[in-house]
Amino acid sequence: MKTVSELLTAARAGHTAAIARLLSIVENDEPGATEVIRATYPQTGRALKVGFTGPPGAGKSTLVSSLTAAYRKTVPRVAVVAVDPSSPYTGGAILGDRIRMREQYLDKGVFIRSMSNRGQSGGLSRATRRVVSVLDAMGFDVILVETVGVGQQEIDVVRVVDTVCLLTIPGAGDDIQAIKAGIIEIADLLVVNKADRPGADEAVKDLMQMLNLGTPRNDWRTPVIKTSSNLGTGIEDLMGAVRKHREWANQSGEAQRRNADAMRTEIQALMRERVLRELERRMDPKQIEDVVSQVVSKRLDPYGAVDELLGPEAKG
Amino acid sequence: MSKPLRVVVAKPGLDGHDRGAKIIARAFRDAGMEVIYTGIFQTTEMIVRTVVEEDADVLGLSILSGAHLHFAEEICKALREQAAKEVLVVMGGILPPPDIPKVKESGVAEVFGPGTPTTTIIDFVRKWHAAQ
Ligand code: B12
Ligand SMILES: Nc1nc2c(ncn2[C@@H]2O[C@H](COP(=O)(O)OP(=O)(O)OP(=O)(O)O)[C@@H](O)[C@H]2O)c(=O)[nH]1
Ligand SMILES: [Mg+2]
Repeated sequence: MKTVSELLTAARAGHTAAIARLLSIVENDEPGATEVIRATYPQTGRALKVGFTGPPGAGKSTLVSSLTAAYRKTVPRVAVVAVDPSSPYTGGAILGDRIRMREQYLDKGVFIRSMSNRGQSGGLSRATRRVVSVLDAMGFDVILVETVGVGQQEIDVVRVVDTVCLLTIPGAGDDIQAIKAGIIEIADLLVVNKADRPGADEAVKDLMQMLNLGTPRNDWRTPVIKTSSNLGTGIEDLMGAVRKHREWANQSGEAQRRNADAMRTEIQALMRERVLRELERRMDPKQIEDVVSQVVSKRLDPYGAVDELLGPEAKG
Repeated sequence: MSKPLRVVVAKPGLDGHDRGAKIIARAFRDAGMEVIYTGIFQTTEMIVRTVVEEDADVLGLSILSGAHLHFAEEICKALREQAAKEVLVVMGGILPPPDIPKVKESGVAEVFGPGTPTTTIIDFVRKWHAAQ
């Protein structure tokens, strides 16, 4: 096995297997993960990162595949990170997004990585941000991130990419209701995909109306774009809208603000993880069991149990 | 927590028999593994790139077309050249018994034909992993 620093050197030279190993190291929090993040973090921030979210079967993977091909005409290297859900019972997962991207398999400028959400809600796994950041540092020009298609809660992607595209399809009245319920607020671009199907123009109209109802948070006006991977239409429009959004975000300060928000969340999460780990290390399992039996026999209430375990300084 | 094993299930060549591959993919998932299913009609290059990019621990090949000798040799050779680590290669489908030692010589660790209980396959993969 190669050391982390050997892997970093090989990965920076574009060695696919080394890049793939680094991603696993950060995904699994293997020994060396901290070293990988430390070594790569300073080189992040160059890639164009675009996220795709929306209901199951909306055509996210297929659109990501079409966009990959289109971006490859303008830049040398494109990476795709596609997240699928894990089984709540076994923790296992079938990662099927890749099948839709088979036209890109042989393009040496394309790197595709499938990830399980590993039980995490929010549409991504806990490590997706770190994986994207390593790819960014490895010099990929464009990184496309596909979330789990779960419905209304896949909002973690805002903290990972620069521009979030929310997909819906014609005739999906219920989807549009769901969109109204909240996720529309995190979308920078709305996409009516499968526009080759009847009802696309109506869907665009409905979405426009909905956008006009809400009070905008800033001066970005969310565009609605029609795409069809089957016909290959709308891809250029979508790329144009992504470019415009990025320009706006950079000029208005939104990009910096979002980045700071994302970093704050990341640091808080890391802090929580570390404090918890430290706490668990210090706890005596015997003492915990002792307190549990006291609570079970009603000699102590659960709050009192926590006071007992954490000591007087931590009294709530 | 131990990390989930990552398994690529692939169907090389012009072979549309995908029932077995799907059953196996499902069985690996139910055993807690992360399965990347490539779909049918894959070339050696496509399969090897998938294994490398996904940093898979295991490659499962499903072949019912008769092309097992060719693909076993070509895929195992390419994997040895390109993968960053040792990848376990297992195979299933329809193979005439005399061909089994031949694919093993190419680098396939074991062959599981029709009727093999999926638990046998999972146990084999787990034992290999534990010995790593
Ligand atoms: C169903 C079937 C079809 C269906 C396939 C539907 C589908 N989407 O899968 C259809 C009708 C489309 C079909 C077509 C053809 N078929 Co057909 N088909 C069969 C049949 C009857 C059953 C296959 C099957 O689904 N079995 C059930 C699954 C669950 O079993 P399995 O795939 O073997 O998988 C098990 C194990 O092998 C193992 N396994 C499988 N993969 C893997 C992978 C890993 C990693 C592991 C660990 C284990 C493992 O685990 C599974 C569970 O136990 C077989 C005969 C047979 N008895 O096998 C012929 C058979 C496979 N077909 C055959 C042929 C010739 C064809 C055609 C060429 C016929 C023609 N002239 O048109 C076409 C080719 C189509 C193509 N594009 O490839 C031949 C192949 C001969 C050969 N290999 O030399 C067979 C063997 C029939 C025969 N006796 O001649 N077929
Ligand atoms: N008519 C039409 N069908 C499409 C289009 N894009 C994708 N599809 C089909 O829609 C189905 C789902 O496509 P995917 O790309 O897998 O959708 P997804 O949103 O990634 O799905 P999940 O990852 O499972 O949530 C497939 O059968 C595609 O062939 C399109 O532009 N038009
Ligand atoms: Mg998908």
